[in-house]
Amino acid sequence: MKKYLDIIVNGFVKENPTFVLMLGMCPTLATTTSAINGLSMGLATMFVLICSNLVISFLKNLTPDKVHIPVYIAVIATFVTVLQLMLKAYLPEIDASLGLFIPLIVVNCVILGRAESFASKNGPLASIFDGIGIGLGFTFGLTLLGICREFLGSGSVFGVILFPESYGALMFILPPGAFITLGFLVAIVNKIRGV
Amino acid sequence: MQKLGNTLVNMTVVLTLVAIVTGVILAYVNNVTKEPIDEQKKETLASGIKSVMQDNNLQVVSTDTVKKTEQEDNKEYTYVIYSVNNAKGEPLGKAVESTTMGFGGALKVLIGFNTSGDIKGYTILETTETPGLGAKADQWFQAGNKGSIIDKNPGTDKLKVTKDGGSVDAITASTITSRAFLKAVNQAYAATQIDVAEEETGVAMASEVGEQSNN
Amino acid sequence: MQYLLIFIAAIFVNNVVLSQFLGICPFLGVSKKVSTASGMGVAVTFVLTIATIVTFVLQKYVLTPYELDYLQTLTFIIVIATLVQMIEIILKKMSPSLYNALGVFLPLITTNCCVLGVAILVIQIDYSLLESVVYAFSTGIGFALALIVFAAIREQLDMVDVPRGMRGMSVVLVTAGLLSLAFMGFSGLEGGLRSLFGLA
Repeated sequence: MKKYLDIIVNGFVKENPTFVLMLGMCPTLATTTSAINGLSMGLATMFVLICSNLVISFLKNLTPDKVHIPVYIAVIATFVTVLQLMLKAYLPEIDASLGLFIPLIVVNCVILGRAESFASKNGPLASIFDGIGIGLGFTFGLTLLGICREFLGSGSVFGVILFPESYGALMFILPPGAFITLGFLVAIVNKIRGV
Repeated sequence: MQKLGNTLVNMTVVLTLVAIVTGVILAYVNNVTKEPIDEQKKETLASGIKSVMQDNNLQVVSTDTVKKTEQEDNKEYTYVIYSVNNAKGEPLGKAVESTTMGFGGALKVLIGFNTSGDIKGYTILETTETPGLGAKADQWFQAGNKGSIIDKNPGTDKLKVTKDGGSVDAITASTITSRAFLKAVNQAYAATQIDVAEEETGVAMASEVGEQSNN
Repeated sequence: MQYLLIFIAAIFVNNVVLSQFLGICPFLGVSKKVSTASGMGVAVTFVLTIATIVTFVLQKYVLTPYELDYLQTLTFIIVIATLVQMIEIILKKMSPSLYNALGVFLPLITTNCCVLGVAILVIQIDYSLLESVVYAFSTGIGFALALIVFAAIREQLDMVDVPRGMRGMSVVLVTAGLLSLAFMGFSGLEGGLRSLFGLA
């Protein structure tokens, strides 16, 4: 059991995709205009990551090396489409607010990266835990960034108003604010990790 | 288990199998979710029409799709016009779907007009406007707010932002979105007018038979 | 005129990297030197334009008529991956010098989300084929521009004494934010050009 816990902690802390590995930057920056958007994007990615890690760890011996990338991409794209259809059918608000970035989960380098570096070398159970760990790390990164941007930009967190919107610095919701907020968050994380 | 080698046969078989399996899975999921997705769309539209017409007990009697080229920019726009009756069967007015280009992409609005063409309400159906700026359009023009357009008539009131010599306050720092929104409203109004004019002169419109709403 | 408008808007107003957040990974990863940045920029523009044409035709003549819209993501990504491989093989045979210049960047492009993003976007916006091609090409130019400008800034950044915690990615991200802020200055441009051309 300890081994699996370590895998989760590793994904969350040591190989945090947002602050340490710096992978999957497109959705990280684009969808974090509010805390709730960041959280839903993180969970959507985590779903695809866990499923694709699981299936790929089963398929690892059945795919010849030369065609492993197309097979992995097909598996990931399938889960992304499943997710897309499910969201459209049952949670249309989330589908509307994340828009283009749902199909773009396919090219999120976190997912293909984990398939290559973890799921293709480990068993199904370990791969699931790796998906959970990395997925949680990614969700945490996106939610934290979303909270900071929503708070600084519009004075609320998860829609709860903390100070009047007119005092917010709008720039943090706009594209430049995404880069700058993440830049400072990374600096803080670096400081904590003692790099 | 031994890893499969890189022979041509192995590669072809694996790729074909993967293609078939993924295709089948997706076809199945698509099949399962198709109905809820259509249902969602219908429900969103039905509740949208109710909210913009300010009436919970209404019937959609006909649905017309109007294509019209606007002289202003020589582009063809498509409007969907829902004619609505109240519970007693008296005409309430029309709800119109109208799309223009906003700041970052298409801005699709549903606007409710009563029989004399006054705006009863509106709702944003699709938007890619900037959060905190243009995305405020869903509240800004509602009754009681700064830029309210409710109960105004695009035929008689000049629905333009004050910068362009009109009477509507633009959303702070989002003139482009405000212009696009008002353009959508004005064009929707114009579309209902040709609809009326052609009905009066007896020209048959190319129209689908409207579905009866469940209410 | 409307093509010129798409061209200018895609490069400056809605810059693919700095305001739409597509293709951030190569933007941060391959922007250490101006020479590699320009190579990557050219390669992306090239692949982007061709991929958009192919996926557009596929959508209009296969997916839409047969109601296979739900296969969009899957087919587009496979088409893009295949296309990148084919371009690599063709370049190797036909023009070794071009291959030497662009070769190393090609495999990276498959997972560049701006290619898939643009392919899906032109379908969503409902552009015509010609408009799509112009949009894809100008998006590529916009990507190249952002990448080269950013690489030039980063070359200077190397000579600056940065606080310890901010070293590495942190200061790079803040710099990118400032560049993005500069590009926001173009946001009124599209409306201005529209009225200039009488398209408003």
